[in-house]
Amino acid sequence: MASGFTWDFIVGHLNYWMFIVLMMTGFYIVVARGNLVKKIAGLNIFQTSVFMLYISIGKVTGGTAPIFPADMNIDPETVYSNPVPHVLILTAIVVGVATTALGLALIVRIREEYDTIEEDVILEAERKIAAKENRAYGDAMGGRA
Amino acid sequence: MLIATALSVVQTKRLFAVVMLSGVFSLLSALLFVMLDAVDVAFTEAAVGAGISTVLMLGTLALTSRTERTPTRSSLIPLLVVVVTGAVLVYGTMDMPNFGLADTPANNHIAAEFLKQSPHEIGIPNVVTAILASYRGYDTLGEVVVVFTAGIGVLLLIGQLGRRRRKGKGGKV
Repeated sequence: MASGFTWDFIVGHLNYWMFIVLMMTGFYIVVARGNLVKKIAGLNIFQTSVFMLYISIGKVTGGTAPIFPADMNIDPETVYSNPVPHVLILTAIVVGVATTALGLALIVRIREEYDTIEEDVILEAERKIAAKENRAYGDAMGGRA
Repeated sequence: MLIATALSVVQTKRLFAVVMLSGVFSLLSALLFVMLDAVDVAFTEAAVGAGISTVLMLGTLALTSRTERTPTRSSLIPLLVVVVTGAVLVYGTMDMPNFGLADTPANNHIAAEFLKQSPHEIGIPNVVTAILASYRGYDTLGEVVVVFTAGIGVLLLIGQLGRRRRKGKGGKV
């Protein structure tokens, strides 16, 4: 670390660290909570914090939104923030809502099939089904297995 | 404030409150996007993230259950995984440029080019729109394909739901 932990360094990186804390909160919800709807909510939080990370990379201090005056008389002195991350994130938001919709549809289907949306209960039911199939298979093979 | 909202999503057991909190989270993040000069992103996030996502989640809640069971597994291992991942990510930011500098790599190559050229080449005031619809048009086309595919997927998954229920099979709601 050539620059070391100077005050400038810490203030300049605090935004990234905040977003990482948010990101990890979402990640924790996804891995630690068993409820499927809550997992989707965690995934959304994770996603939004990635968006914030990108947008904050494109911010220029003293800059303004990248929209020119309507008469297109552009003042060369004006500083604009970087429009490229904005475009990427616009696309990502829409794709994100598409994946959310698909995930929620899957949840509705799972609920219909298993009558629950808790991961533990689903795994338990899966195990029972697998055991039953094994037993049926073993009987068909002549009682061994 | 965002962090407080996210943490309360972790703790809340009532799923209705979870959905509302995630809507609040989206609106707060839209405010943050306005602060960071990304007005287009902000209103998309407010409309799509806070609006459509919340409605979709509420619809799912109406079709499923409203409360969460208390988790039975220990949450120690997930916590460990999360902390390690976070530490690695923080280590990754060490090489990143400070916030808000104008001469970073991200702000110079094509971004500067777009800002300089788009008034002459495209001729509309909003640079974000110019890039979205023109320079990166194929990207946007791909996005439309993704949304279309997701729509087909949702229809295939739950399109038959109502008919099955009326027949008396399927769910018991």
